[in-house]
Amino acid sequence: MRLHQLTIHEARDRLTSGEFSAVELSEALLERILAVDNDVKAYLTLTPEEALAQAHAADRLLGSSQERPGSLVGIPLAVKDVLCTQGIRTTAGSRVLDNFVPPYDATVVARLKAAGAVILGKTNTDEFAMGSSTENSAFFTTRNPWDLDRVPGGSSGGSAAAVAAAECLGALGTDTGGSVRQPAGFCGVVGFKPSYGRVSRYGLIAFASSLDQVGVLTRDVTDAALLLEVIAGHDPRDSTSIGLPVPEYAASLTGDLRGVRVGVPREYFVAGMQSKVEEAVRAAVDVLADLGAEVHEIGLPHTEYALSVYYLIAPAEASANLARYDGVRYGLRVEGESLREMYTTTRGQGFGPEVKRRIMLGTYALSAGYYDAYYLKAQQVRTLIKADFDVAFEKVDVVVGPTTPSTAFRIGEKSGDPLQMYLSDVFTLSMNLAGICGLSLPCGFDDAGLPIGLQVMGPAWGEEQALRTAYAYEQATEWHTQRPVL
Amino acid sequence: MIRYEPVIGLEVHAQIHTASKMFCGCPVVADTGDVPSNTAVCPVCTGMPGTLPVVNRRAVELTLLTCLALDCEVPPTARFARKSYFYPDLPKGYQISQHALPFGRDGFLEIETAAGPKRIRINNVHLEEDAGKLYHGAGGSRVDLNRAGVPLIEIVTEPDLRSVEEVRAYAAALHAVLVYLGVNGGEMERGVMRFEASVSVRPAGSDALNPRHEIKNLNSFRALADAVAYEIAAQVETLTHGGAVAQQTVGWDEARGVTYVQRSKEYAEDYRYFPEPDLPPVDVDRAWVAALRAQLPELPAARRERFTSDYGLSGYDAALLTADRAVADYYEAVVSAGGAPKAAANWITGELFRLMKETGQTIQTVHVSPQALAELIQLVETDVITLGSGKTVLAEMFAAGGSARQIVAARGLAQISDTNALEQVIARIVEENPEEVRQYLEGKEQILSWLMGQVMRATHGKANPQVVQRLLHVQLEARRQ
Repeated sequence: MRLHQLTIHEARDRLTSGEFSAVELSEALLERILAVDNDVKAYLTLTPEEALAQAHAADRLLGSSQERPGSLVGIPLAVKDVLCTQGIRTTAGSRVLDNFVPPYDATVVARLKAAGAVILGKTNTDEFAMGSSTENSAFFTTRNPWDLDRVPGGSSGGSAAAVAAAECLGALGTDTGGSVRQPAGFCGVVGFKPSYGRVSRYGLIAFASSLDQVGVLTRDVTDAALLLEVIAGHDPRDSTSIGLPVPEYAASLTGDLRGVRVGVPREYFVAGMQSKVEEAVRAAVDVLADLGAEVHEIGLPHTEYALSVYYLIAPAEASANLARYDGVRYGLRVEGESLREMYTTTRGQGFGPEVKRRIMLGTYALSAGYYDAYYLKAQQVRTLIKADFDVAFEKVDVVVGPTTPSTAFRIGEKSGDPLQMYLSDVFTLSMNLAGICGLSLPCGFDDAGLPIGLQVMGPAWGEEQALRTAYAYEQATEWHTQRPVL
Repeated sequence: MIRYEPVIGLEVHAQIHTASKMFCGCPVVADTGDVPSNTAVCPVCTGMPGTLPVVNRRAVELTLLTCLALDCEVPPTARFARKSYFYPDLPKGYQISQHALPFGRDGFLEIETAAGPKRIRINNVHLEEDAGKLYHGAGGSRVDLNRAGVPLIEIVTEPDLRSVEEVRAYAAALHAVLVYLGVNGGEMERGVMRFEASVSVRPAGSDALNPRHEIKNLNSFRALADAVAYEIAAQVETLTHGGAVAQQTVGWDEARGVTYVQRSKEYAEDYRYFPEPDLPPVDVDRAWVAALRAQLPELPAARRERFTSDYGLSGYDAALLTADRAVADYYEAVVSAGGAPKAAANWITGELFRLMKETGQTIQTVHVSPQALAELIQLVETDVITLGSGKTVLAEMFAAGGSARQIVAARGLAQISDTNALEQVIARIVEENPEEVRQYLEGKEQILSWLMGQVMRATHGKANPQVVQRLLHVQLEARRQ
């Protein structure tokens, strides 16, 4: 097996045993990127010099008997370009931040570095993480490694494609309404969005603050557990991060599902979804039952409102979060004859159409006379959606369903129809609204050979339950060993 | 002719002088221009992408203390909210403020008016962050964000004020409360307190609330009083001539002494408030509130009351001494060091204030310790020195420090009460001024004080005036025969 195809845990074991060096590993990944990224277009910015310097430092640590190396020492990873990296251009996929170089690291990036990881570069994203295909990136569209004519999903499409195409061993993404899980499903990798508050948002360029969460994209469940353990935990710089201790996630990977109660929501099998997706997910539920899980049909009755609620709350928060891109302090500035003209031309030229659409939606939802009918009502329904899950998790340990209603669509197929695009997140939005965790892992392929994602949801702070279930399924199946041919 | 009465409400913004800013670790620096622009800043207070606010607990405590001092209800949960508008001094495009759930509501502050004490109701007290500052020049405008993120407390009254005098009294009373609580040092020239006044007028006795003018950005007591007075007169003038007042936001042109329209109602800002998702609601724990209540210092009104009852001071002197917490503390230190209460009040509000005013010093910077002033007061009260010598001694202590007793000894200022010594001096003065003595004996009694002055001059002011008067009287009467 070639080095770039290793999982994080395989690479870690072999680095520790001295089979190869961290520099050799990083060089192998950089070569792989050179070989395939012209086709895949996963990376917005590559940082080979910094990566090799980090790899050299990792080799010194690995060779030293004094220091115990961090858990990710020498592991080459990629970071979605909405996460700030000190001294490295961070664009959020937007013209408005084309030239922005943050003077600070996002907390998750700092934690990766502290654990010894090597950061290869910044991956493509829909502008400000608003989208489901990377087609809203101001720079270019990332291709799905399984079919270069199709989208990788989004908004963390660059990270998902990079992991699937073996252009990194793992990656960080962010998930506001499915932006880690949906591309993981489309690209046949594992994508895990932790509970809201489990991971610090400091340095994550905000889209919708009450929904955003940093997640991980990896080749298998073990790697997801490893990465999450590094980035999780309270951060004094994020008041919404939780003060709970971080469990040893790897310890939850027992392979034993006996007695685990699995809920299957009837609302997640809807008319119009791809039949192959439904088949694969139902078959996966059977596998879980064979492994000793108790399967229960459950109801999440407010699911049908999730999309409407999401598209009021997320744009409302975004309309305020994106107000800071005004050309005054950093990023793009288009000079004007007046202050007002500077604002309007900077923002007019700096933002793409989807971002503008959401700013307008959100501004409207918050305006005087409409707040109660839109934003406030949406928050009330959000409480009902959360209550659905509270009730469900009294009866079951995890909830299982499809990640998306269909597999990866063609580039351009939905870019002219925002509503169709929004519907591709219909099964992933509710977890963000409820603040619970959700993981997508491969559970089959459709007739076109495109990956299908199985979504495993746990309650807030129930990451271990989700990981345990996903791991047992993964051990019983071979889907995760399939790799796209590039 | 209709008589009009003004209806005035005030919003007071006061900076909270915590060590660090409201939502980041940057220092709160003086707004004096001494600190170079954009040096007390960080990614959080400059609104860099991805940064998040963290609440300054001390700022919340000082806000809660203010709520308690103003007899506000303090709800168990408070929330921050985003107030959105675009302006170059506002880094995030929104200000983190409070809206539906402020720290305090429904309080009051009592002020003294000509008609007696009056309660001004407080609608709410909330906590927010200050914006930066803009400097406009020929080459363009510059933004300084040193002030951005400084904690700001906003205290909003009901429209209960009915005259410029009441506005002035309320502003001064609130200023005193904030300084007592240590919210800030009260230095108005540093912009620590800023006002917005909403002014309307109506026929006296009416309950109507008419369209109002909101006067923005008043940075001194004087600007506040002048702008409100101008608005009242202008609105009365408009109504008297059959015109109508439209709801407007106006600015105050200090140089010309007039207000000018900034925004009319049709262009009112829509701030699109919504709860700040980056900050969880603040749990205002009851035990925390109780602990803060216990920390609440004695407030100006209570202290004024106590000064009149405990020290027998006039209401006027008590008010003068309690307006500034440091002065009141100083006064009490003088009294507890043995200075007679009434004399101490006279010395401080008279000579000491005069010297402070002449030299631009504050009570914190004067060289005269409370012990030294108490000693001086005792020397005067026990006739060791005269009142006049006492003033000389105080001036010297004020200039160079030192103890009253040492200065009296060094300058030989001890009062002469020795009858024999004074009788000789008086005899000589009577001898040397026969014409004046004759006038006195003919009934021109006011000549006595001139003669006393001659004696005091001859003794370099050290003679005990009461003794001199008595002895002079005896010697003069003796000449009548």
